[in-house]
Amino acid sequence: MNLLRKWLGWIWMLLGPLSVYYLIKTAVNEIAKHPVIDTKIQWGVFIAVAIPIAVGMVIFGWYAWKDEYRR
Amino acid sequence: MSNSTKGIWKVIGASSVGTLIEWYDFYIFGSLATVIANQFFPKTNPTAALLSTLATFAAGFIVRPFGALVFGRLGDLVGRKYTFLLTLILMGGSTFAIGLVPSYESIGFAAPVIVLLLRLLQGLALGGEYGGAATYVAEHAPPHRRGFFTSWIQTTATLGLFVSLGVILMVRHGLDSDVQVSIQKFNDWGWRIPFIVSILLVGVSVYIRLKMNESPLFSRLKSEGKVSANPLKESFGHKTNLKMVLLALFGATMGQGVVWYTGQFYAQSFMETICKVDFEQSRTILIWAILFATPFFVVFGSWSDKVGRKWIMLAGMLLAIVLYKPIYRQFLAETDTSVYQAKTIATEAAPVVKTENADDHIVTTTTIVTTFTDGSAYTQKSIDTSFTNVSKAVAHGTVTYIDKKLSTTGYWKFVFLVFIQVIFVTMVYGPIAAFLVELFPTRIRYTSMSLPYHIGNGVFGGLTPFIALLLTTINTGDKLVGLMYPIIISAVCLVIGTLYVSNKTDPDVSD
Repeated sequence: MNLLRKWLGWIWMLLGPLSVYYLIKTAVNEIAKHPVIDTKIQWGVFIAVAIPIAVGMVIFGWYAWKDEYRR
Repeated sequence: MSNSTKGIWKVIGASSVGTLIEWYDFYIFGSLATVIANQFFPKTNPTAALLSTLATFAAGFIVRPFGALVFGRLGDLVGRKYTFLLTLILMGGSTFAIGLVPSYESIGFAAPVIVLLLRLLQGLALGGEYGGAATYVAEHAPPHRRGFFTSWIQTTATLGLFVSLGVILMVRHGLDSDVQVSIQKFNDWGWRIPFIVSILLVGVSVYIRLKMNESPLFSRLKSEGKVSANPLKESFGHKTNLKMVLLALFGATMGQGVVWYTGQFYAQSFMETICKVDFEQSRTILIWAILFATPFFVVFGSWSDKVGRKWIMLAGMLLAIVLYKPIYRQFLAETDTSVYQAKTIATEAAPVVKTENADDHIVTTTTIVTTFTDGSAYTQKSIDTSFTNVSKAVAHGTVTYIDKKLSTTGYWKFVFLVFIQVIFVTMVYGPIAAFLVELFPTRIRYTSMSLPYHIGNGVFGGLTPFIALLLTTINTGDKLVGLMYPIIISAVCLVIGTLYVSNKTDPDVSD
């Protein structure tokens, strides 16, 4: 189980940037579809909030890879 | 009843009432968003409409976690009691003030700016309240019953929603003997009452909280001079604690947040916007479901003292993942227009026709209310456009079926379906305060537990209605596609929680 915890760390590390990439891609599409200030603010807030969470996910994955959650 | 047991009930009472009022204050703004938008954020003024968007998004997603940091730090520096007293005053004062702000028509642009600022203060206060109340109760509770005692705090978020829905419905119907006149009065000025009433509730709660003592664990820490000098740095700057903050977020509160918001907000929004259930029925359905399910917060909180917190929370997430789609399919099946049309018509009201003249065309809206023998009903609405230039043909709009009223059987079936979702909420939410408290040391507990809680609930949970709606607009063919967001987030959280979270309860939280 400890080995699984450790190796899944890579998945968590990848999940962070992938989610941000998907979010930014969706934001660009949505803003292009509705280019009004409301849409820009809404997506701006989403991305601003998502980036630190994604960084947190990468750190979590890194700790898992470094066996910090070993039991 | 022993003195110590009496004491803990006083602590729970003082903490829970205040927290419930904070949730009530936060929800009435959301529940009355449409009325408030008409009063303060007219769509004709683009800047005012922009402030409305900010009020919705900033208060929930940015300010709440920020409030967790600000007040969490304060709570670990000066104490739990005075910090969550401050958040209560801030929340109550802002809510009361919103009820007094003159409308956009009276004072112009200042109105939306003031309301936005007050809404941001509400978000800030909410971010600081919960961690304080949960920590305060947990630090008074005996180790073997920590889950049970903290679960009372857990009931407050749901009860706050319940009270806000109840107060709004009562005021909306109580301003005149004629329901339509009463609703009109409510939309004009009556909406202010739920906001103004808050000050009385807050006054009582502040009085009760002032009489309480500081948490015994924090007092001891303070007398020993062991209070953290920099709670933010200790919480998030040191690996030992940061890894637990991240685990709390990704292995517990993230999934808990989406299950909470799906069961209590998305369910209502789905009934109203997708199923087109009548406004009042959708609200009373939620009220009944909450009323029946609320005791289960205590049941699961108490059970977690015996079997551990982890598996109860994760079982709630698993059930949500597996059962959301079947539950929402039932909502759709019950309100399918073809199901209504197969019933026997009891009465069909005379068509109500309204016309609106424009430069070169006339828009005619026709509504017909049909009632069926089993008590259900719907309103058929069609919009036709005819042009002044007679050579152009009349454009017939599509017919829509709105304000669907459910039969008595259908109504209680909906109550049951929402009740099941609130049961999932009680499973994930009942034990979580005890779980979070046990994860962090006393000197930085308020700060450390507040941030993952408010990111999980404010950001992941708060985003549920928006992401779900967005998914529906991208994939218009599947009405259940919005559920993919809570299902995916819960699934990731379930995997992380299963693998990384320990089921051991920590009997000693005085470290």
